[in-house]
Amino acid sequence: MGKDSNIKQRKAVSLISGGLDSMLATKVVMEQGIHVEGINFFTGFCVEGHTHAIRAKDRKKEKRNNALWVAEQLGIKLHIIDVIEEYKDVVLNPKHGYGQNMNPCLDCKIFMVNKAVAWGWMEENDFDFIITGEVIGQRPKSQRKATMPIIARESGAEDRLLRPLCAKNLPETLPEREGWVNREQLYGFHGRNRKPQIALAESLGIEEYSQPAGGCCFLTDKSYSEKLSDLWQSRGDRDYELDDIMLLKVGRHLRPKPHYKLIISREEGENHYLNGYQHEFTMIRTVSTGGPNALVDGNASEEDLMFAARVVARYGQGRNTDRVVMSIKQPDADLQEVSVKPLPPSEIPESWHV
Amino acid sequence: MSEHELNARRLLCPMPVIRTQDRIAELADGDLLKVTCTDPGVLHDIPAWCRIHGHEVVDTQTIDREMILTIRVHK
Ligand code: SF4
Repeated sequence: MGKDSNIKQRKAVSLISGGLDSMLATKVVMEQGIHVEGINFFTGFCVEGHTHAIRAKDRKKEKRNNALWVAEQLGIKLHIIDVIEEYKDVVLNPKHGYGQNMNPCLDCKIFMVNKAVAWGWMEENDFDFIITGEVIGQRPKSQRKATMPIIARESGAEDRLLRPLCAKNLPETLPEREGWVNREQLYGFHGRNRKPQIALAESLGIEEYSQPAGGCCFLTDKSYSEKLSDLWQSRGDRDYELDDIMLLKVGRHLRPKPHYKLIISREEGENHYLNGYQHEFTMIRTVSTGGPNALVDGNASEEDLMFAARVVARYGQGRNTDRVVMSIKQPDADLQEVSVKPLPPSEIPESWHV
Repeated sequence: MSEHELNARRLLCPMPVIRTQDRIAELADGDLLKVTCTDPGVLHDIPAWCRIHGHEVVDTQTIDREMILTIRVHK
């Protein structure tokens, strides 16, 4: 038997976000002969696909899940894990606080690395270590030199966590010490400059990649974060269901009164999407002309609904006419048709826009 | 070899992919899984997931606003 057959094939799990950094980190380790499989977590806030699926105007664009696309480019398996329920605690009670918006990036990283470690699959399938695409100094709050050991420690990964793109700036990890990977062939990137990553991509023959501007999820988005805070404030409860956070990605959100909000579609795809919620929410539709559908979220009275119909009519083709026929359908009641005068734009104050 | 069905209507990507992945984990080599979805993103994502994991999409149909993908499991 040859000497090589005694050498164990080392294996790593890589956290794949769909962006360039995790793609590069994975490729760098694969080049060193490590067997890598990817893991991707679906929190409900991910930027992936949804808005494309919802909005008709985006339908012509290629709809792809970047994490799957990256895995395919790299030729690795990708396991997508639904963490919607468990992730709530990260969003609602982040021990290390939020970033610029509602993004709990540091807690999120700890959570994800921990999920990979705690995932029985890794042990069952004899995986040895974990890879992330983190770079020191890349993100002002979560990716700093001081946060790197916190993530390693609090996730329970300890020295089984390798960051190939900035490993040279960090203490040696288990895979380096054991010689499974050669530290000399890893990188020492730091700071916000993206040029080293772009140059590395080129040298590895990676020509196409996605570089999300803000981050990997909607929680880094200012307007989305404001909608989320508004939701909590109006309900007097910091909690959410998947449908809540999905609906924050759709339509125009107007709150005429503290106790209810209108989600008004902006085009056909959103109309269709909102229709899917007709059994759970009160739905207002424009009947006599072309116009939007709207969901009423909250406890609106009959009077509120009549007023809401006028607000919705303002966004339809009959906005300049005297009367528009609207339908109101409450989940447990018969459909009601009403003729209303569209509210003039001047009577819709900016402060209603969530 | 047996045939199975999965209802992934109203789920937005990547949930239909996750449900498909979890269901296939329980199936045997050669089984067929018919997945019915409403998010057009699945036309891209489910075949991509299948290619990565070595399964085969043997049929794709779009009826009204529903997409039905039939997958042969390879293990
Ligand atoms: S941007 Fe979102 S998904 Fe990415 S680390 Fe921050 S909270 Fe987590």
